[in-house]
Amino acid sequence: MQEIQSLMGGFAVAMTWFNLALMFAGVTLGVLIGVLPGLGGANGVAILLPLTFSMSQQPGGTTSAIILLSCIYWGALFGGAITSILFNIPGEPWSVATTFDGYPLSQKGRAGAALTSAFTSSFIGALVAVILITFISPVIAKFALRFGPPEFFSVYLLTFSAFVGMSKGTPFKTIAAMMAGFALAAVGIDTVTGQLRLTFDFPELLKGFDFLIAVIGLFGIGEILLTIEEGLEFKGANAKLNARVVIETWKELPKYWKTSIRSSAVGCLMGIVPGGATPASFMSYGLAKKMSKDGEKFGTGQVEGVVAPETAAHAAGTSALLPMLTLGVPGSPTAAVLLGGLLIWGLQPGPLLFVEKADFVWGLIASMYLGNIVGLIVVLTCVPLFASILRIPFAIIAPVILVICAIGAYTVHNSMFDVWLMIGFGILGYVFKKLDYPMAPLVLALVLGDRAEDSFRQSMLGSQGDLGVFFSNGLVGSITAASLLLLFWPLISKGLALARGRNGG
Amino acid sequence: MEENKPVTSMRVAELVMAALFLAFGAIVMWDSRRLGSSWADDGPQAGYFPFYIGLAIVISAVAIIFRALNLGEKGKAAFVEWGQLRMILVVMIPTVVYVALIANPWFGLGIYLASALFIAFFMWHLGKYGWAKIAPVSIGVVVFFFMMFEIWFKVPLPKGPIEAALGFS
Repeated sequence: MQEIQSLMGGFAVAMTWFNLALMFAGVTLGVLIGVLPGLGGANGVAILLPLTFSMSQQPGGTTSAIILLSCIYWGALFGGAITSILFNIPGEPWSVATTFDGYPLSQKGRAGAALTSAFTSSFIGALVAVILITFISPVIAKFALRFGPPEFFSVYLLTFSAFVGMSKGTPFKTIAAMMAGFALAAVGIDTVTGQLRLTFDFPELLKGFDFLIAVIGLFGIGEILLTIEEGLEFKGANAKLNARVVIETWKELPKYWKTSIRSSAVGCLMGIVPGGATPASFMSYGLAKKMSKDGEKFGTGQVEGVVAPETAAHAAGTSALLPMLTLGVPGSPTAAVLLGGLLIWGLQPGPLLFVEKADFVWGLIASMYLGNIVGLIVVLTCVPLFASILRIPFAIIAPVILVICAIGAYTVHNSMFDVWLMIGFGILGYVFKKLDYPMAPLVLALVLGDRAEDSFRQSMLGSQGDLGVFFSNGLVGSITAASLLLLFWPLISKGLALARGRNGG
Repeated sequence: MEENKPVTSMRVAELVMAALFLAFGAIVMWDSRRLGSSWADDGPQAGYFPFYIGLAIVISAVAIIFRALNLGEKGKAAFVEWGQLRMILVVMIPTVVYVALIANPWFGLGIYLASALFIAFFMWHLGKYGWAKIAPVSIGVVVFFFMMFEIWFKVPLPKGPIEAALGFS
């Protein structure tokens, strides 16, 4: 039980007054970000990342910085549920499934029950995922220490193939968005040869495109444009949450233990495989609807219909950090932003992190336990406050959010060019959303582009250009094979459907 | 100009976007060819990886174009309506002006003054507020940001004449 010992060490790191204060601040900010239109987990963390530059310089500061940022993330995960239930506006894509039963519940006057069950199941989902991270991540990290460039490239391939294999619409849009991300990542100075790539003699392009700018633009500005287009009125139920409602709901919740377990499992699995929280919440809602004895009543305001998606979304959102910590491969855009933070603070994410920066890793894991407890307390006590923020008229909140995005984009590199770039990415994000191009693959490709390319070129150097290196041993061979299976899954599933149709007819 | 009339159809929007992807992929491939996209004595050349990235973009763009041409009824749906586009421009044009005001070679106002003006304009134009409400909100927000960035977190932002007059540079 070495993990328990390391975890206790982690608690010792995380449990300082300063860090606990940061947790409260982070979670509160995070819920705020989750509630506001145009700000979400990914771009909220991206905007606040530059604020941690000076913090991370102090001794032990990187741990405090990651605690602040990860708590913003937990807060945003909690916050998405508030707007879904009270206003029928999913604050985050993974809370869409929460609106199905959450909003009807609040219309029936049971908003308190819906909120309590959403927060509690979020907490349970996160807790399961954190326990998983505690015990599985050291094992994976140890295993991954033996990885060479071909193994890492095959893991990257698996990540990106998963996006193609699990894409909802046409896989070509996923590929186009993803490859655009890779191409943007290639802009600038080639790390191996020092040649200038795709800069076309523009000095601004020398340093390349920073994914933080892309995240702020795509998710922030793009989201605001969509909100404006849909009209600006927020009409919501009143939020009243008192201790009696909370306790009554808690008495009801144990009935749904089966749903909780199933949803946690779905969430953890989907979170580790990139694809993330959103499909996990839908899948878990669908499964609960199929398997519950009240299945037909889903959609009319069932507490169980809130428990299922929220548990899964939070479990997935949390376990997305597992591949980020152990392999350096983020499972979601927000995890990608956190990974970007590690790089900026001078930490190298990947298996070595567990060896070289054990304090940091275990401090972060311990803070996940504490942060989610803090989160539960904050959301249960402050719901009316957060709901009242949504009643601030759009004419005030929209320019403030745009100002925040502009400041966030500027502070990444102290460059006005980045602010213009952010506006460009914002328009792109709006068009992407309207035409059903996925944004997560673009962001992940932009983050991982250089590292994926480096591992590819190193593998190719090692093998003298023989692609067989990706099948050279059992480990790398099976990861590559799984990637190819996922990559061509849209084709394969079509073929299977065709064959079945022929047999049937 | 009716508010509900579509500006363009889904099909046109899909085709324009795919054409942009096609052009982008072609540029990537072209530049990679210039750098050398094959195998040199010392390993893959600088354009080796991007070349295939560009190729993948071109192939997907062509596939999306074919799909858009066969969209049928769905392709006739509105991509954006005039009323919606008007709302978007009402927000986007002031935003562009705002970013231009922060810093430019002629009369950069700095981010704080520009932000205050931007928020005030929004509240006046979209919200129809009176100055008694506009002034405290816009100035209060900006002062809060100033405290947060310049004083608490020590992250310097672009400043203009007002900050200089107050002794911050």
